Amino acid sequence: MGIISRGFSGRHGATDLKLPPGQHLTTDFPVLSAGPTPHVSLDRWEFRIDDGTDVLRRWDWKSFRELPTENITIDLHCVTRWSKLGTSWEGVSLDTMLADVKTDASYALVRSYGDYTTNLPLNDLMNKQAWIAFQFDGKDLAPEHGGPARFLVPHLYLWKSAKWVRGITLMHHDRPGFWESLGYHNCGDPWREQRYSGDE
Amino acid sequence: MWRVGTVVALHDETATARTITLKVSDWTGHLAGQHVDVRLTASDGYSAVRSYSIASAPNSETRIELTVERLRDGEVSPYLTQELAVGDRLELRGPIGGWFVWRTQQTEPIQLVAGGSGIVPLMAMIRSRVSACSAASFRLLYSVREPGAVLYRDELEALSDHDHSVSVTYAYTRVAPKDWPRPPGRIDAALIANTTWPSNLAPTCYVCGPTSFVETATGLLSASGNSSDKIRTERFGPTGDRQ
Amino acid sequence: MSSHTYDYLDGNAAAGELSKIFAMDVTAAKGQCAHCGATKRFAEAHLYMLGPGVVARCAVCEHVLLRLVNVRQRVFLDVRGMTYLSLDAAQLEASSDLDA
Repeated sequence: MGIISRGFSGRHGATDLKLPPGQHLTTDFPVLSAGPTPHVSLDRWEFRIDDGTDVLRRWDWKSFRELPTENITIDLHCVTRWSKLGTSWEGVSLDTMLADVKTDASYALVRSYGDYTTNLPLNDLMNKQAWIAFQFDGKDLAPEHGGPARFLVPHLYLWKSAKWVRGITLMHHDRPGFWESLGYHNCGDPWREQRYSGDE
Repeated sequence: MWRVGTVVALHDETATARTITLKVSDWTGHLAGQHVDVRLTASDGYSAVRSYSIASAPNSETRIELTVERLRDGEVSPYLTQELAVGDRLELRGPIGGWFVWRTQQTEPIQLVAGGSGIVPLMAMIRSRVSACSAASFRLLYSVREPGAVLYRDELEALSDHDHSVSVTYAYTRVAPKDWPRPPGRIDAALIANTTWPSNLAPTCYVCGPTSFVETATGLLSASGNSSDKIRTERFGPTGDRQ
Repeated sequence: MSSHTYDYLDGNAAAGELSKIFAMDVTAAKGQCAHCGATKRFAEAHLYMLGPGVVARCAVCEHVLLRLVNVRQRVFLDVRGMTYLSLDAAQLEASSDLDA
């Protein structure tokens, strides 16, 4: 630690007990990105599930929006240490999207417009744990927050909830995504504070 | 890597901007246009790092000046502009950056374009020109919200009116002084054409300000014939962390 | 597909982070994009630093040039996106105008 700056406490207040370790509450919605915001028009949008060789399922915007949707209220935990509680979204459960997919794969690589990727065990996408959201707070999802559609995997740090999603590749072997390949934790459970590779 | 600077003077430039003079005993000198990273550390170990441009010219003393604009909702700038007192110590990393700099050996015409507190590193260049007795021809186009937000006004006036060290054009975006010839508004092609160096003189252009301002200014400079490799930029970002 | 929101900084802004690693100032160096071949100063790259790490992208094609992540006492650096960096050693020696 360096010199203590007399009278400086930073933006963060006291840590709330309901928050994962090392997190601080925010009420605004910070925009964090690793690249330019893609502007994807709905008539060109599509979402594919493939196994690395073949496309197993494919939706355009119209067929995606015909899928049954759910309203969910979730907490967001960003690895940059802010948490935002009680956010409201509408989206399609990954259980719905994976329902007719026959696979013995164990891992998924989520792909985005703009070439961002993140990896998860397939189990983390099932059993009401993951959604593709297209509305936030009753409004169409803004591009800076991942619109037209983004992943939501609220039980993991927010970098796993890829913005601007375009597909999933199902894999037998795990393959690290954009941040997981450069020092971030492969799993990213905020309650176990799995921020960096090497964390328990 | 982190040096320690002691605050030896504080000076309010405007209602929201303050110049901090630091004595840094192991300072090895800097180039006009460089910046430093400032690190604040709370008693619980939390720390925040922000970059601030150096406003002072290189000098033989181990003192530097930073001018910091207070941001609404900022985390570091309110501390630096309101809490910090003479005698306090600050951790610094730098000087840093070897591209957005003006060297006294440069003789070509220089076009400076500032948006808001983007004037700070450009002021270091102007001051460096003066202290080095350089003959390079400097022009400054300074886009600013309103007359009260102008930094270094008296010094710029003295340097432009009396010394002819730099020719200054103000462009007000919200409120202009009474009888000002140009209505308030963003910089545009006519202003660039009328007040900046003609591109056939091949000036080196230094543009500093918020990202959207830099985007606009570099677009206009390119459109008026300046080659992109003669335009150097320093953006503050959408949140204006360095504003 | 390109962005109309200006959410990046210049490569300049990474100078402090990169000074932890390199003895020379990398932002004044020329680097070649491994994707499109454009050769520009690193200072001209588009820099995204609000996320989990620092990402520098080619100002021409927006492909990743460099990624940097601070992991407690360790720094991860990925420079696969550049075929080379060329540094001006003479200019770097004149690191100060004090004696000019």
